[in-house]
Amino acid sequence: MLDFVQQLVSGVALGCVYGLIALGFVLVYKATEVVNFAQGDLMMLGGFFAFTFIGMMGLNYWIGFAGAVAAMALFGMLAERVVVRPILGYPQFSIIMATIGLGYFLRSIAGMIWGTDDLKIETPFSQGVLRMGSLVLAYDKLSVIAATMILCTLLWLFFNKTTLGTAMRASSENMLAAYYMGIPVKRVVSVVWAISAAVATCAGVLLAPITFIHSNVGLVLGLKAFPAAVLGGFGSIPGAVVGGVLIGVIESMAGFYLPEGWKDVAPYIVLLAVLLLKPEGLFGLHVRKKV
Amino acid sequence: MRFLFKTDYEDDIKLFPHSGYVATYGVLLALLLIAPYVLSSYLMSQLVFVCIYATVGVALLILTGFTGQASLGHAAFLAIGAYTAAYLQKYNVPFPVYFLAAGLLTGIIGAMVGFPALRLTGIYLVIATISFALIVEEILARWESVTHGNEGMRVKTLSLLGVAVPRDSPTFYYLCLAVLVLTIVGTLNLLRSPTGRAFVAIRDSETAARSMGVNVALYKVKSFAISAAITGFAGVLFAHKLSFISPEMFTLQLSIEFIIVILIGGTFSLHGAVLGAIFIVMIDPFLTYLKDDMPGIIAGIAATFGAGTAMAGNIQAKVAAFASLNGLKGAIYGVIIVLFVLFEPLGLYGRWLKIKLFFQLFPLYKRATFKRQKIYVKSERNR
Repeated sequence: MLDFVQQLVSGVALGCVYGLIALGFVLVYKATEVVNFAQGDLMMLGGFFAFTFIGMMGLNYWIGFAGAVAAMALFGMLAERVVVRPILGYPQFSIIMATIGLGYFLRSIAGMIWGTDDLKIETPFSQGVLRMGSLVLAYDKLSVIAATMILCTLLWLFFNKTTLGTAMRASSENMLAAYYMGIPVKRVVSVVWAISAAVATCAGVLLAPITFIHSNVGLVLGLKAFPAAVLGGFGSIPGAVVGGVLIGVIESMAGFYLPEGWKDVAPYIVLLAVLLLKPEGLFGLHVRKKV
Repeated sequence: MRFLFKTDYEDDIKLFPHSGYVATYGVLLALLLIAPYVLSSYLMSQLVFVCIYATVGVALLILTGFTGQASLGHAAFLAIGAYTAAYLQKYNVPFPVYFLAAGLLTGIIGAMVGFPALRLTGIYLVIATISFALIVEEILARWESVTHGNEGMRVKTLSLLGVAVPRDSPTFYYLCLAVLVLTIVGTLNLLRSPTGRAFVAIRDSETAARSMGVNVALYKVKSFAISAAITGFAGVLFAHKLSFISPEMFTLQLSIEFIIVILIGGTFSLHGAVLGAIFIVMIDPFLTYLKDDMPGIIAGIAATFGAGTAMAGNIQAKVAAFASLNGLKGAIYGVIIVLFVLFEPLGLYGRWLKIKLFFQLFPLYKRATFKRQKIYVKSERNR
């Protein structure tokens, strides 16, 4: 029983990270109907930025964190401006390829700049554990869970309660109509990319004590975030986090109770099952097509 | 410029629209046939890879370019073909048998992937094929009684009708070339058959295709099966060329390379697959060139423009350091993909068509001839 709870908690913590990356997918998808295959790599880059500010320049953790988030928000805007905007409105396949290319590029450049070693950031949460009876919970995992909750709530409020959020939903629903209604679609898209890069950075920094930072971390975790996003229903913010947590728990349980090897494929088997049985996901809208 | 006057519906589906095509491809084929006697063994080896990549590129083109079903899982089909060959070879099955068996098995698995993919479109299909490829990769690493897991499998020398065909012999090259040419001709014939027409109809509009009486589900599965089977054939040759296979050779990276092949070549024509394959295979020799010769050449140029020996040496060292950077290949891939998507969405073959048209229409060429139309998709969630 204790093992089960322990696995559950570490699964939830891992799942929150998947959820955070999936949140990035969902944000971009919600606003522009584009899936950013470089989301994991943005997370990796955010982690490296934070490492530069905190580990190399010796800034305070929180200042470094904020700096990395701000820098990555700018970078997200830049990436949108250079890579995505010229092909907005073209078939989705082009944009998928462009973001895959962007991911390749970021991974290689990060490897060139920061080397290929595993890097580590000292965080206020890296030491210490919370003991509840015989249950041991590490603070760094709890911090991931807490941060995910907060970010998810903030983003949900942003999308559903603010004008800008409404504009984003409108531009995803029908881009041309949004243009006609006077929504500055280009600026909206730019802001969405900034937000999603910032969310990715949060994931990267929170993850740093758990998986370390190296140039391939984005690829590995980015691929795990797809099942999360699909399970939750692409385009739903709470769905991304719930999907992430479920995937994390499934992976963690599979690693503990099933033979070796199942851990890595379990999320994808779940993904294929979801795509087969309920492609719109748990929280997705299912609207019939009108012809 | 030659005008084609079509007077019959049959003219629309001719394999060679006019005699110029026969001459051009005849000369090209002749050049390819004498290549082993002219080129160095290194270039021949690259040429074999071009043939294999182009075969996979054509397979992917049937699926992605002509049926409109994106797949990022073709490395898995290649792996299944390669492993089938390696496994059957252990039991002394002759080459033609395991070659066909590999294609058949991969085709069946392709159809099995195609069935679930029926309900999926766009991004969901891409994600589903990625997960399929990842699952296959894991199975290859774990099913040790058959695949030897991560240790990999040795592939014996190919033996055709009792004659050994080493992987760097001209005969092996001819075999790969024959597979490529047969694939291309077969695909051309497929595309002008009712099946191919149905594929293109599905790509252009599924609703329209269905209302014209095309059985969309059947043809999607067919497309998957055909594409996978051809990839399986290529996988057999790939295994023989490498003479050693292990799961980490068939990663997502390889699937992406195949997508790059058709993206760079151009997703609307078979020429594109071949051009793309040449491009992607030549990146490696290019990097070697960059590493070995380029620094010296640049230093030489600098020296002729009056730079001192010390400065020329300095430049040489800097270029050499740049060329031997760790992730340079990945960065080049990334930049190439982005640049092609942004500036040349029709690929290399599209560029060739533009150049050709420019000279044909010389004073009257309009830049907007090939301009893409923005479509501003409505939300997929409501589709």
